[in-house]
Amino acid sequence: MTTVYVPCDSAAVSIGADDVARAIAERAAARGLDVTVVRNGTRGMLWLEPLVEVATDRGRLGYGPVEVGDVASLFDAGFLDGAGHPLALGVVAEIPWLASQTRITFQRVGVIDPLDFDDWRAHGGLLGLRRVITAGAVEVIDELVASGLRGRGGAGFPAGIKWRTVAAAESDQKYVCCNADEGDSGTFADRMLLEGDPFTLIEGMVIAGLSVGATQGFIYSRSEYPVANDTFRAAIETAYREHMLGDDVLGAGVSFHLALREGAGAYICGEETSMLESLMGNRGMVRSKPPLPALEGLFGKPTLVNNVLTLATVPMIVADGGAAYGAAGFERSRGTQVFQLSGNVARGGIVELPFGLTLRELVEGYAGGTRSGRPVRAVQVGGPLGAYIPASGLDVPLDYESMIAINGMVGHGGVVVFDDTVDMAEQARFAMEFCSRESCGKCTPCRVGSVRGVETIDKIRSGVDRADNLALLDDLCTLMTDGSLCAMGSLTPLPVRSALTHFAEDFER
Amino acid sequence: MAARHPDWSSDAGQQVLDALPAGDRLVLPALQALQHAFGHVHDEAVPLVASLVNVSVAEVHGVLTFYHDLRRTPPASVTVILCTAEACQANGSRALVSEVEESLAKLGGRTSDGAVEVAEVFCLGNCALGPAALVNGRLCGRLDLDRLVAAVGAARAEVGA
Repeated sequence: MTTVYVPCDSAAVSIGADDVARAIAERAAARGLDVTVVRNGTRGMLWLEPLVEVATDRGRLGYGPVEVGDVASLFDAGFLDGAGHPLALGVVAEIPWLASQTRITFQRVGVIDPLDFDDWRAHGGLLGLRRVITAGAVEVIDELVASGLRGRGGAGFPAGIKWRTVAAAESDQKYVCCNADEGDSGTFADRMLLEGDPFTLIEGMVIAGLSVGATQGFIYSRSEYPVANDTFRAAIETAYREHMLGDDVLGAGVSFHLALREGAGAYICGEETSMLESLMGNRGMVRSKPPLPALEGLFGKPTLVNNVLTLATVPMIVADGGAAYGAAGFERSRGTQVFQLSGNVARGGIVELPFGLTLRELVEGYAGGTRSGRPVRAVQVGGPLGAYIPASGLDVPLDYESMIAINGMVGHGGVVVFDDTVDMAEQARFAMEFCSRESCGKCTPCRVGSVRGVETIDKIRSGVDRADNLALLDDLCTLMTDGSLCAMGSLTPLPVRSALTHFAEDFER
Repeated sequence: MAARHPDWSSDAGQQVLDALPAGDRLVLPALQALQHAFGHVHDEAVPLVASLVNVSVAEVHGVLTFYHDLRRTPPASVTVILCTAEACQANGSRALVSEVEESLAKLGGRTSDGAVEVAEVFCLGNCALGPAALVNGRLCGRLDLDRLVAAVGAARAEVGA
């Protein structure tokens, strides 16, 4: 029997992976060949999707990007035996783009069948959870603190400290909430993990529950991710069946339950207090802090809120030790970051590497410049609230503090590349428009400021009192930064000001 | 994914609400369940949800109008949701939107036969393979007008519209 892998990830499916999988199965059947098609997650080399892999005694050999029309010639060439073909890529794990990465959080994504519990266990699943059960919560939280892991959702708060706060809170009920409301344009790592390695995230949430004393978990995902939600719901069912969830987790006499809730198309619900309100069924209105959600979160109870990537990294940290994870990284940014390369890039996808590499290494190295072949002009790092960095600024190291120092942010690790046809005044206007459309409306600087921002940029672009309106826009940015309740209003000025600073000429046309 | 839903009636709506598990007897999950069942949230459903959750009609209205997904009118047979956020902008989504508006329908509008509606969304998580769209819930990547029209045609054929 030969095993052929064709990704089930939505990105791969969006350009034909389902059709390719079907064509391979049909042709194998027609030729009487014993072939099993496994639908794995994606390796994250999206320019090679659909990437077909064949298991051979030399390892898993890749062919890509495969279209339905290529399937006949793959069979004719003998790809089931790893034969040569114009689309042959060799051993997938040895492709330099992939082999040079440090895959920790993403170590199983693309490798395993996402919903095959035994396959997952064979690749190290459950090691972290078993350690919590034997070693206890205090030791696990100590490991997490030692690892230096910071929240991967964007804020970068030390995860271990947050866990310790929730663990110390006294309450009859505590919750663990996984924030999977990945709304930032240019980010898709949460989705790929949900679709490609859901059991690892469930394991991380159970570890979190057992460590902080919570018995109920929720994952808040996006309605825009229908496939991820279906996969994750199926994974939850299997996890109950395998006693990773339930009233007696792995026979240890402890309880943890988990349910998925879908959002309803509101970017602001990625902000943690807004997410909690939405989980309670309410409008996603941001809350003032304090009180911290760690003390008064979901339904007023102590709640641990962490991002998908944070929680999915926990099992590896607990299994291998905090020191091992923290050994990689740069200054106060420890471990690896899952960068997501997108927009106008030749080679888009997932690059997981220790913090501290430069943006240039990502954009010119891994991404290979633009897909259009034109020069890179601007790179937006960290989502719609992140700064636009000019081509001359690509030598900045990617770590939390270095990015703040240039008035930017790492955010959730999204890197969106634009070529020289981009109009940066239009991008600045979009930043304000996005804020006006997605603001929860609770605080005035964000709700009204963003609308005034759009109007003011329109005046500048059409040459109305340009100098006065530029001064007004600068004042407005200061007000939004200092006066907004949450990151939505206070960070929207980042892309606007970076466009004004580095691309002033675009505002003078 | 075919957008075919039963007609709304208060009795049918109440049945959907009665079937909600205890943990989902909250405003947003109740509205989502109704929309899943009927394709939209009928005005008559608002007091039913208020009664179920024991909140005011105003609070239900507030939730219904807060979330972009929730709609108060039935959807077309085929829905096209185009991503217009930054990563897709970098790959030409603005030009694609212009072409779609010329040849198919305006954003927020429908084709002249009413069978296809077009809307926009900020990010579908297919940022490295943009421009992207959801066509009746199915994610499409590396779109140009031809590929999008083909996807819409396939969706129409599938639902017989």
